[in-house]
Amino acid sequence: MRPRRMSTTITPAPAPTLAPTRPRRGLGDRISTVLYRHGWLRLLGLLGLPMLWLGVLYLGSLALLLITAFWTTDSFTSQVIPAFTWENFSEILTVAAYRDTALRTIGIALAVTVLCAVIAIPLGLYMAKIASPRVRTWLAIGITLPLWAGYLVKVFSWRITFSDGGPLEWLLAPLGLSGPGYGATALVITLAYLWFPYMAVPVYTAFRSIPDNLFEASADLGGRAWRTVFSVALPLLKPALIAGSIFTFSLSLGDYIAAQFVGGKTQVIGTVIASNINLNPPLAAAFATVPILVVVLYLFLARKSGALKHF
Amino acid sequence: MTTSAISAGPASTAEALPAISLRGLGKSFGNVHAVHELDLEIRQGEFFSLLGPSGSGKTTVLRLIAGFELPTTGTIRLGGTDVTRSAPFERNVNTVFQDYALFPHLTVAKNVEYGLKLHGVPTAERKARVAEALEMIRLPQIADRLPSQLSGGQRQRVALARALVLRPEVLLLDEPLGALDKQLREQMQIELKQIQREVGITFVFVTHDQEEALTLSDRVAVFNEGKIQQVGSPEDLYQRPATEFVAGFLGSTNLLEGRLAAAITGSDALSSLRPERVRVGAPAAHERGVAGLVSESVFTGPGRRLVVAPDGFPEHTLLAEVPHGAPGSTLQRGERVQLAWPADAVYTVPRD
Repeated sequence: MRPRRMSTTITPAPAPTLAPTRPRRGLGDRISTVLYRHGWLRLLGLLGLPMLWLGVLYLGSLALLLITAFWTTDSFTSQVIPAFTWENFSEILTVAAYRDTALRTIGIALAVTVLCAVIAIPLGLYMAKIASPRVRTWLAIGITLPLWAGYLVKVFSWRITFSDGGPLEWLLAPLGLSGPGYGATALVITLAYLWFPYMAVPVYTAFRSIPDNLFEASADLGGRAWRTVFSVALPLLKPALIAGSIFTFSLSLGDYIAAQFVGGKTQVIGTVIASNINLNPPLAAAFATVPILVVVLYLFLARKSGALKHF
Repeated sequence: MTTSAISAGPASTAEALPAISLRGLGKSFGNVHAVHELDLEIRQGEFFSLLGPSGSGKTTVLRLIAGFELPTTGTIRLGGTDVTRSAPFERNVNTVFQDYALFPHLTVAKNVEYGLKLHGVPTAERKARVAEALEMIRLPQIADRLPSQLSGGQRQRVALARALVLRPEVLLLDEPLGALDKQLREQMQIELKQIQREVGITFVFVTHDQEEALTLSDRVAVFNEGKIQQVGSPEDLYQRPATEFVAGFLGSTNLLEGRLAAAITGSDALSSLRPERVRVGAPAAHERGVAGLVSESVFTGPGRRLVVAPDGFPEHTLLAEVPHGAPGSTLQRGERVQLAWPADAVYTVPRD
């Protein structure tokens, strides 16, 4: 009978011959076995350190900040008094100088974001679709180069650029123009320079992933260049633009050193916090919640737009 | 199917003019000559195929007509108008791309509507024409889906609808069926042909599939190395190839030369004999033939392919396609066989 014969031919080899190939069980093996049997131990091993860092150091200090925002100070000694009050928040909302500073900072952050996007889109298009691989590599290095230099070096070089009688003045003088000088404009330009790579890289990557023939199809169907940019490129770039803007917007919102170097008399949230951090820590803490709330709101809107699906 | 609104545009008034006229058209990419100076006229309402192996320049010619590339030399006329230097959006031609190039962020209806919007067609008419185009491709139910939710065949049809909805003078198709599996491809071939007949628009169809070109086209231009080898009806190309390349590229054939050709045709010129014209049996009065040994016998489905070594010519082989049930359809390897074919089945082929 055939089935019987087959079953005899596939009888496994005797067990003893297999034994030597089995690895010896050391401590590592036993730990592996324990981890294999207890899923929660594996999870603890993976997340223990990150959670400690995130929970204690990061969220912990944030929580302290938020608690401080509800405290008050002794106006003579600047000593913090842990007594609950809404006063700091009502001061931010009612004192015109604070309110204006908050709005101005948001405006500057938006302007920086728009400026970055306006530069990144044509550059990304050129890099991804037109440039030769060689030129592309050099441009990619050029864009990311600012990230290699120290923050203070870059800000200080912009301070020199905008200075009275500085390079920008010298460059514009023959055209009968003068530089913006220190102020909000200089601040927007400096911040846009600082955070540009965070916008340019995602936009360039997104352009690379758009097939060439979509542009050809648009032209074929009657689309002139601008129409194609608005109807095809921008909708497909939206996720990249939003991702990039999260960086440019939130980094601009939190910056205060650039404002001190090139902002002239321009006050931003950061400078107000910096000047209050010793005199009136609770007010500084309360003011620090403003950018946090704005960024949370921004992320919420970005999430609603569906742009964060890839994160 | 209602296709009245999608039909050949204003060009049909200029009946006598060719739909497309290429004169001395050439294109080089650096030192590479993709297209050598070629002349070609494509008639109004014709289903015209550009056939050739990859890298033969057929797609470049299509892209030159569409305006995606500008020619190095020569002129392009569409219905009598010189469009040599015009941008794609200034030419009354539309393209069905090889991988469809549907806009991924737009629904099927919005994709089809895109061109109409750009041409400033009023909203109400747009909706009607989109509905009509989707009706034409028999997919009215998928109007609100995104391209990513469609099958390959559906995408192909949507690309066709998107291009045809603009009622171009000429529709350019760049290997549109290349990505489909065999069954779907054959079904789409029939549909393409039907749609072309209904709308009456000139179709210029790029393909490397000779069978596809032969079944679909009114006329075919065979390309090789940037040059047109031959232009003609499928019958012309198949029965009377003008060059060795065309004879070899379209279908399988017995290319006879040297002593064998001399023995069979009486001349040692290069000549071609299609395997399906060879039958098994003794030659009749108007026929010629040869005896030999079956060196290979393969079942092909519709019949049997015999590889025969003719007596006295051991270095040559002859292919014969024997239909199922015909004499010799059961011959096996090693058997003796007598082959016969009509005298006019052998024709000389100019050497390249």
